[in-house]
Amino acid sequence: MMKFLKKFYIYIVLIFLYAPVFVMAVYSFNESRTSKKWGGFSLKWYESLFHNEEILSALYYTLIVAAVACIVSTIVGTISAIGIYSMSGKVKSLMLNVNYLPVINPDIVTGISMMLLFGFCSIRQGFFTMLIAHITFCIPYVVLSVLPKLNQMDKHLVEAAMDLGATPAYTLRKIVIPEILPGILTGALMAFTLSIDDFVISFFSTGSGVSNLSIYVYSAAKRGISPEINALSTLMILTVSVLLAIVNFGSNKKSQEKGDR
Amino acid sequence: MKKTKVLGLPYGVWMLIFIVFPIFLMFLYAVRTSSGGFTLDNFRNFFSPMYMQILWDSVYMAGISTVICLLLGYPVAMIISKMPEKSRNLFLVLIIMPTWMNFLLRTYSWMNILGKNGLINKLLTLLGMNTMDLLYNNGAVLLGMVYNFLPFMIYPIYSVIIKINPSYLEAAKDLGANSVKAFMKVTLPLSVPGIITGITMVFMPAVSTFVISDLLGGGTQMYIGNLISHQFLQKGDWNFGSAVSFIMMIVILIVMMITNKFSKTDKESV
Amino acid sequence: MKKISLLLAVVLLLSTMLFGCGDNSSDKPTLYVYNVGTYIDKSVNDMFEEEFDCNVVYETYDSNESMYLKVVNATSDYDVIFPSDYMLEKMIKEELVLPLNHENIPNMANIREELLGGSFDENNTYGVPYFYGTVGILYNTQTVKEPVDSWGILWDEKYADDILMYDSQRDSLGIALKYLGYSMNTRNKDEVLKAQAALIQQKPMIVGYFTDSVMDMMIGEEASLAVVYSGDAVYCMSENENLAYAVPKEGSNVWIDCMAIPKTSKQKELAEAYINFMCRDDIAMLNTQEVMYSSANKNLEADLREEDWSDNDAYFVPQEVLDRCEFFNDLGDFLPVFAEAWETVKASK
Repeated sequence: MMKFLKKFYIYIVLIFLYAPVFVMAVYSFNESRTSKKWGGFSLKWYESLFHNEEILSALYYTLIVAAVACIVSTIVGTISAIGIYSMSGKVKSLMLNVNYLPVINPDIVTGISMMLLFGFCSIRQGFFTMLIAHITFCIPYVVLSVLPKLNQMDKHLVEAAMDLGATPAYTLRKIVIPEILPGILTGALMAFTLSIDDFVISFFSTGSGVSNLSIYVYSAAKRGISPEINALSTLMILTVSVLLAIVNFGSNKKSQEKGDR
Repeated sequence: MKKTKVLGLPYGVWMLIFIVFPIFLMFLYAVRTSSGGFTLDNFRNFFSPMYMQILWDSVYMAGISTVICLLLGYPVAMIISKMPEKSRNLFLVLIIMPTWMNFLLRTYSWMNILGKNGLINKLLTLLGMNTMDLLYNNGAVLLGMVYNFLPFMIYPIYSVIIKINPSYLEAAKDLGANSVKAFMKVTLPLSVPGIITGITMVFMPAVSTFVISDLLGGGTQMYIGNLISHQFLQKGDWNFGSAVSFIMMIVILIVMMITNKFSKTDKESV
Repeated sequence: MKKISLLLAVVLLLSTMLFGCGDNSSDKPTLYVYNVGTYIDKSVNDMFEEEFDCNVVYETYDSNESMYLKVVNATSDYDVIFPSDYMLEKMIKEELVLPLNHENIPNMANIREELLGGSFDENNTYGVPYFYGTVGILYNTQTVKEPVDSWGILWDEKYADDILMYDSQRDSLGIALKYLGYSMNTRNKDEVLKAQAALIQQKPMIVGYFTDSVMDMMIGEEASLAVVYSGDAVYCMSENENLAYAVPKEGSNVWIDCMAIPKTSKQKELAEAYINFMCRDDIAMLNTQEVMYSSANKNLEADLREEDWSDNDAYFVPQEVLDRCEFFNDLGDFLPVFAEAWETVKASK
């Protein structure tokens, strides 16, 4: 009974999370441009998507920036979290509080302050400035995900390893990293998610014709969301689902699991 | 672990350049008049009943959505952590995947679901019931916030629960605690660090959001995020806009400091 | 956990591989065009690249104000921007735009005379009109049976919960000012306060303040009355034949979106060639067909009168409507008065 309830609950939450995704996917097959009218089934938006250079270039920059920002911020964030964890007193709380700032600040303040900084150093904005901005607002989330794992870790474990003659590097690799791995992955996923979805900060930190999908979507939303974007998102979700299925079933053929959605 | 302190250094420098210095540039705006002289009026002006009301409304809405996220998200994190490893990973990705779709897209999608002629109301008419006003009210804003921030509550809690030593739970059960009691006395206290992180990651962005309230709330309510972006984008008053964001920063930092104190004492008691 | 990292790695790798390097740098001059989203037929840029043997780097923004911030901070070498009248006026005052060399823009002869010499740029020294239009009421003829000829209908209890207002301080306060019989460019604080009171009184009756989502809602018949720009009205009317557009008798706002060259430009002559190109009849036709806003080009009228979507008073603004409308002026020091009134309206319960 309990088991059934648990499953039921998870599926309810998933339905809640996927309802808009589903609706969007349906509208990507809508012949009509507006989502208020069903003009019949059509694949024309999928076709025109691949001829829309603006969208494709935005997709390219979105994925590159998200990928690089995710990797860099995960590495830097994890290392820094370990550093912050071993600090104490005033320095620690100072580091932590400054680390909070990009999380608290409204996007527009972070975005404009970044623009001011680049202007101050008279840097032409473009791909790299956008990347730096993304890394900057992603790291805090990684730090925040890793720190609780470090706090949770048994200190004696590390001490014991060192007492037994393990080098710090070895201890880090064999004891610390495995302990905090869920936190690192959580942070990485969050960084990726935040980067892929950011509009305001990207807008103010980019230039020279470089835009990401969010900038495209916001500035092209005048006539409602373009069905091409619906089509693109449907394809993205589909790709990830397929990859997920392959990874999930391919590597573990032995035991059967419940299917994906 | 003393030497590992150094590891925080590069990030310290990074923060100095890319976080502290830009915010310092903003601070210069906050303490200046539009003509360039020094003033504290920008801060003083904020303490009017109207702006205090706006601040309170934002904190209130963010607080409620954080609580809802916690209540909804904690069981999800717990259930997932009890799954076999394969399904755990599957469900973790399933939870975050919708957020890889553009935020505006998801929000417009909700508008199609909740709208006057939206899916839910069409269903209701089909069943012969009266249609409901689901959109452009506080309920819709709350729904938007919960929808967008829920994964940020589930993840940190999950990553902490997954590493709780199962022997603690067994010990509690051996000592005669039922599962409710074991949860209250063991799992819940041990997951406090994750809860704190989750609250931080949901509450802080929720206070300053403005697109959700503009789209799902119909723009009839002003929150602190709207106020700030209004200063920068429509009024062109950077000085007041910066001052407001500083006040907000300070308010939230104070709240976080209190929560951190609370989490520390809690951890030591375990 | 390994699987998640594997999955992430695959996604990241795929994404980088799929697209490879998109840079084709060459010696060709590069023109940076910074335009509002969905405000052009994109093939036009390709045609320009071909004819003038150059690269066009095209970037978009979502509002005049955010474009202004990016130009002020010189974030890129933008060559052509598309500011609205009041924004152009502000940018002229702040010396952010360069005077045009009209010898390079002979196609200015194609522009409608009534759009030239606006008070914001008297001799068109800085800007060339691109699209123009009015602000008015879009209504559903099935639910609004009476004639729509006054802003007063937006204050009519009959239509409570059926009205969509525009989420912009200039437009909403401007409407209230016009409704009360004042100028949209008033410098009289009492008048602004009266407009503020009118909006607060109206607030319980409206569905909300919206911007772009208005169009979808009107096409989907979720409300009966909405404040819209005429170009958007043209689009909505082409999607739903129950909709009609009217500019109230009290008068309204007429706006012109111009093409201008910001001081960040490093390719001024090429930028002027681009502006000239955009004024050419065939190019202007492509753009107006795509965007559905009223083109500033006067030579298209005969052809467009033949087409269903454009043969109406929303697209071709009659002279008598233009006569009762006014441009927005840059408010300068008086802007905070409007802004505070708008904050008060939005924060009122």
